[in-house]
Amino acid sequence: MTALGKLVRSTAFRLTLVYLLIFAFYAAALLAYFALNTGRLITEQITDTVDDEIAELTQQYTMGSWRQLTTIVENRALRPGSSLYLVTAPSGQAIAGNVGSLAPGVIDKIGWSETVYRRLDERDTAEHSALVRVTQLSGGFRLLVGRDLEERARMREIVVAAARGSLALVVVLGLAGGFFVTRRVLKRFDAVTDTTQRIMAGDLSGRLPVTGIGDELDRLAINVNAMLERIEALMRGLKEVSDNIAHDLKTPLTRLRNRCEAALRTARTESDYRAAMEGMIEESDGLIRTFDALLMIARAESGQARDNMVEFDAAETVRGVSELYEPLAEEKGLIMRADTPGAATLKGNRELLSQALANLVDNAIKYARPAAEGSGEKPPAEIVVGARRAGERVLLTVADRGPGIPEADRARVVERFVRLSPDPAQPGSGLGLSLAAAVARLHGGELTLEDNAPGLRVVISLPAH
Amino acid sequence: MVPDNSLDFAIIRVQHTPMRLLIIEDDRDAAEYLVKAFREVGHVADWSADGEDGLAMASDGDYDVLVVDRMLPKRDGLSVISALRGQKVETPVLILSALGQVDDRVKGLRAGGDDYLPKPYSFAELLARVEVLARRRGGRGEETAYRVGDLELDRLSHSVRRGATEIDLQPREFRLLEYLMKHAGQVVTRTMLLENVWDYHFDPQTNVIDVHISRLRSKIDKGFAQPLLHTVRGAGYMIRDGAR
Repeated sequence: MTALGKLVRSTAFRLTLVYLLIFAFYAAALLAYFALNTGRLITEQITDTVDDEIAELTQQYTMGSWRQLTTIVENRALRPGSSLYLVTAPSGQAIAGNVGSLAPGVIDKIGWSETVYRRLDERDTAEHSALVRVTQLSGGFRLLVGRDLEERARMREIVVAAARGSLALVVVLGLAGGFFVTRRVLKRFDAVTDTTQRIMAGDLSGRLPVTGIGDELDRLAINVNAMLERIEALMRGLKEVSDNIAHDLKTPLTRLRNRCEAALRTARTESDYRAAMEGMIEESDGLIRTFDALLMIARAESGQARDNMVEFDAAETVRGVSELYEPLAEEKGLIMRADTPGAATLKGNRELLSQALANLVDNAIKYARPAAEGSGEKPPAEIVVGARRAGERVLLTVADRGPGIPEADRARVVERFVRLSPDPAQPGSGLGLSLAAAVARLHGGELTLEDNAPGLRVVISLPAH
Repeated sequence: MVPDNSLDFAIIRVQHTPMRLLIIEDDRDAAEYLVKAFREVGHVADWSADGEDGLAMASDGDYDVLVVDRMLPKRDGLSVISALRGQKVETPVLILSALGQVDDRVKGLRAGGDDYLPKPYSFAELLARVEVLARRRGGRGEETAYRVGDLELDRLSHSVRRGATEIDLQPREFRLLEYLMKHAGQVVTRTMLLENVWDYHFDPQTNVIDVHISRLRSKIDKGFAQPLLHTVRGAGYMIRDGAR
């Protein structure tokens, strides 16, 4: 595309053309209206003057005689810039006036007519046009009074000339302005296009130019830049996550592979092989669990699960999860208690919230320390799972008496695959808290970690229904 | 500790009446593995590799259970099930799917499936579920009372007794025992218990079910000579009268 072609095809230029057309049409209409009205005004003036003179002359005629009329007419006809006068006798012969010739038949027609004429005293042969009125006087005499129309014709010429000039000016200025504006706009758009092409080529750090005028293009650029910022952050996050996934899935895969190799190398009896294979199945089950948890988090974060949200009582969910884990807690010397003072209705995905709570309770059981045996004074460590309504929020809490999480680590520990104490004796993927946090976000809420003094309290705050 | 009344998976395989199964699955390796594994435990399994063919075989053949993969060539698994149900073929269907999410599951059951198992699955889990489905078809449905050996559960009065001893159970323990006894003589997996007794469809990560079972066991088996609630290694649990 040539530079000119590009310019002509641009939206700005097309808009300019449309405006140009509209303005030209407007100017023409304005001038036409002006010309029409002025013409009408001039005609009105002429007819008024002619009517007045005829009235005056007719009066003279009726008061005096036709001689008096011809005298007055002759007098008036001699004045400079006078009207046209013609008096005819009943025979049709002209007896007074300053008209040399008329279009044929004009004098026979009573009333108004436009005609070409020639003055008696004028030497030039040019014919002029005039607006004349003929009246029948008593006794067969006729009186014609008229005014020259040259003024009106000149007026028309002026208007037509003005129209031509102004239209030409509008077109020239409009086109020039259009080119100028379009060039400027095109330049800015070209800059945007260049940047987006660079971004598409993979350089996510590119940003659209902002001129600082604060016009609509600037606003658009600022918004697009904010969007790019977010995309870049997401991409960075995604990269981090996939690095983590690669690492955290490769570790158990390596373990699995090592077990296979070890079995091949050292196993001698069937039961050796059996034990090795059972270990492998266990290891791969762990991998599947990690995958499932990752998928679940992805699903919660994408917002897909919003489709099947229903209204339910979170207090019941809390009691259910507490009841499921209570025997496990007891086996570890812990007390598990559900604290649900009343109904806590909310709209959400019951299954996902149950799973989030289950993950939190599972963590609490894993990390809570049972009361040391023999130290009778200390109450047994307690895990409290709660649901209660607080204003417009429903608070789901899981509180334990474990070691807690230092304040500095609280933000980090919610991220995927982060485990504070990579204790090989404690199985876990490091995804439990991430899932709970993702589920909280899915429900329009948030997950916070608090000090239970001592221990950890996880609070999921959700909008109540 | 849990008393050692565990059974090996291998021991219980021969006790079933053989089933006729149809596996509709496009992955040849997976299908061959299933056909072989089902044969080893004494069942007969046919295989179909696409939706159209599978639908024809399922409509004609007299099968006890259909195992249907969700994503199939020519015709989607769910559409096969809907078509079968439209033809009034009421053979129980177990859906296999790589999509393990709750809503996919609900979609599968709504299309007319009877059970849903996400991939990857263990064969023990699949076998246990298929056998439960086949048995359901056999007509043994809801009864008001169950009896295994000298253990009796009355669903109307919510009471459990073993021999002359009245056993006091918590509501959840009652439902757990009820489910186990309803499927007496069949392997019941941990996931099946979690789904049917607790109505949870997620993986609780830890052995929560085992702890519930051992509590129940201490109530119904402790102090009796003959244990009834058995652990099936590598699969799950089973309640049965060991004397028979």
